Amino acid sequence: MNDKQTIKLTYREALKQGMLDALRNDDRVFLMGEDVGSYGGAFAVSKGFLKEFGPDRIMDVPLSESGFTGAGIGAALGGMRPIVEIMTVNFSLLAFDQIANNAATLLHMSGGQLSVPVVIRMSCGTGRQLAAQHSHSWEPLFAHIPGLKVISAGTHEDARMMLQPAIDDPDPVILFEYTAMLNMEGEIPADIQSVDISKARVRREGSDISIITYGSGVYKALGAAAELAEAGIAAEVVDLRVLRPLDTATIVASVSKTHRAIIVEDAWQSVSISSEVSARIMEKCFYDLDAPVERLCGIEVPMPYPKHLEEASLPQKDQIVALVKKIVNYG
Amino acid sequence: MKKQPNIEDTLPVDRKLSHKLLYQMMLIRRFEEKAAEMYTKEKIRGFLHLYIGQEALATGIINSLSPEDGILATYREHGHALVRGIDAGAIMAEMYGKQEGCSRGRGGSMHLFDAKARFYGGNAIVAGHLPMAVGMALADKKMGRKRITCCFFGEGAAAEGEFHEAMNLAALWRVPVLFVCENNLYAMGTSLEHTHAVHNLEKKAIGYGIKSCMVDGMRLLKVLDGAQQAIDTIRESGEPFFMVCNTYRFRAHSMFDAELYREKEEVEEWKKRDPILIFREYLNENKLISEKEVTKLEQRIEAEVQKAVDFAEAGTWEPVEYLTKYVYSESAN
Repeated sequence: MNDKQTIKLTYREALKQGMLDALRNDDRVFLMGEDVGSYGGAFAVSKGFLKEFGPDRIMDVPLSESGFTGAGIGAALGGMRPIVEIMTVNFSLLAFDQIANNAATLLHMSGGQLSVPVVIRMSCGTGRQLAAQHSHSWEPLFAHIPGLKVISAGTHEDARMMLQPAIDDPDPVILFEYTAMLNMEGEIPADIQSVDISKARVRREGSDISIITYGSGVYKALGAAAELAEAGIAAEVVDLRVLRPLDTATIVASVSKTHRAIIVEDAWQSVSISSEVSARIMEKCFYDLDAPVERLCGIEVPMPYPKHLEEASLPQKDQIVALVKKIVNYG
Repeated sequence: MKKQPNIEDTLPVDRKLSHKLLYQMMLIRRFEEKAAEMYTKEKIRGFLHLYIGQEALATGIINSLSPEDGILATYREHGHALVRGIDAGAIMAEMYGKQEGCSRGRGGSMHLFDAKARFYGGNAIVAGHLPMAVGMALADKKMGRKRITCCFFGEGAAAEGEFHEAMNLAALWRVPVLFVCENNLYAMGTSLEHTHAVHNLEKKAIGYGIKSCMVDGMRLLKVLDGAQQAIDTIRESGEPFFMVCNTYRFRAHSMFDAELYREKEEVEEWKKRDPILIFREYLNENKLISEKEVTKLEQRIEAEVQKAVDFAEAGTWEPVEYLTKYVYSESAN
């Protein structure tokens, strides 16, 4: 890679810079969450923020997920642009009432009078042997709800750039980040100014099959596609990015071109993002398919603690490669 | 009747203000009686929670607020909306589900909104709006605006976790919220003794370091006085206040409620303490109103309620093609 064109940084650093930009750009933006201040963020994402911005803009909050998430919604109604950090998605159900019954409904219940420009960030996912209560992939729960926008930062570029458009959006945005990727290094274009948060992105073009994924599936899918290329299979990788509202057009365009699709996600398979994507492919491009849509999802078990069982619960690169080969050879 | 001196003998309520207050309480009562009638005629559907018996609370407290203060209420909020000055026709039309309603018909009885009046619902998840009230007050504090957020809820809400989280956050952040607990003794059909270990609800504020008071919610002037003191305290300190108003709901919880949980005698006993009757007696004794003036008020109210019904009847249905409007902001698309 040419150093002049890209910047190398960790996923954590990308998140941090995204938040710094947002805080520096607009005085109405403030960060509230458990341990975001003195502790520097549970994952050190907001380390140093308290010193730069002070306690009014970097607010440590008590362990009251419903209370502070609701307060973030109220502050948004009051003209602020709050970033609410729920330390991990695992605690988000304590705030689910606020998100589903208030943030998602106020615009509608008020006949369009009130908008709720709040961003709720959550660290999400598996892969660190944190067992059943600290390893959730609950993107589908939130993506189910009209009124929310649900976005997922599966790449360094999105980790760096997705926050600002989320803040600029007049509606509530749930932003999923991935704990297991925090230390991972990646490259982003040096001159990148912004990203769009309304569309899926084709991360790698190909003509033989579409691997449709999001979040922690994106780099796994790209790894699988590179390996498949060596075997002469051109896999296209579609990063959904926006889980609500889903960008059906990009999915359909890709599958209509490749005629085959697999969907990869860490979340449990039943009633998941992949269920929805699969249904839309069937509805919109059934006759373009040369093979049945396949899915590679989280195994339906509360996350076990041992490493070998945790790994077995999640889609892995080798499984993607094997499944793609099976599908392509079938067609 | 009243032998002992109390606040009602000393509070400066002039003739004009007292007529306005009586008018508002009577308007709420008559408006809701009409709403119940329209419910039985199936013009209004869904849930309909009547405020009858509790009129002194919204009247006393909202009249003590400034127009720039924000208000959040529960699903039993017709009275609050009326006192805030939201047009009775827009409220009735909302209950009919017509697009001329104050929430364009999308909310119904439980979700009255008026952003211009700073009236933020109409919130129907018990205690769900308390954290939002804290956040609105936090925004005011951050932006240096000198206004109060007033949040109404029932004693049922005081058993929810969100009540306790919101109280703690408001005290911790020192934000100007007036928490008003309308204690009507029943959380739907479950009485106070079955829902709270401590029945003096104002004591709950102690644990959060929040100042509190308790008032007789059937006596408008007590409510008015309590509210003014609470609001003065908040404006001076910028800190939250917890006001408990003991009251009683004369009607069923909703139109589906058979009232199996309380005796008719209990309801009749409380009706002797009807806040409108008590206030009228006070005005009579102090010669602040004549029978003729009361009759004129009644006629005015009758006309206004009828006008509201006519407005709702003449209202229009939102076209089905607009079904998915207001899910996301139009400027976002």
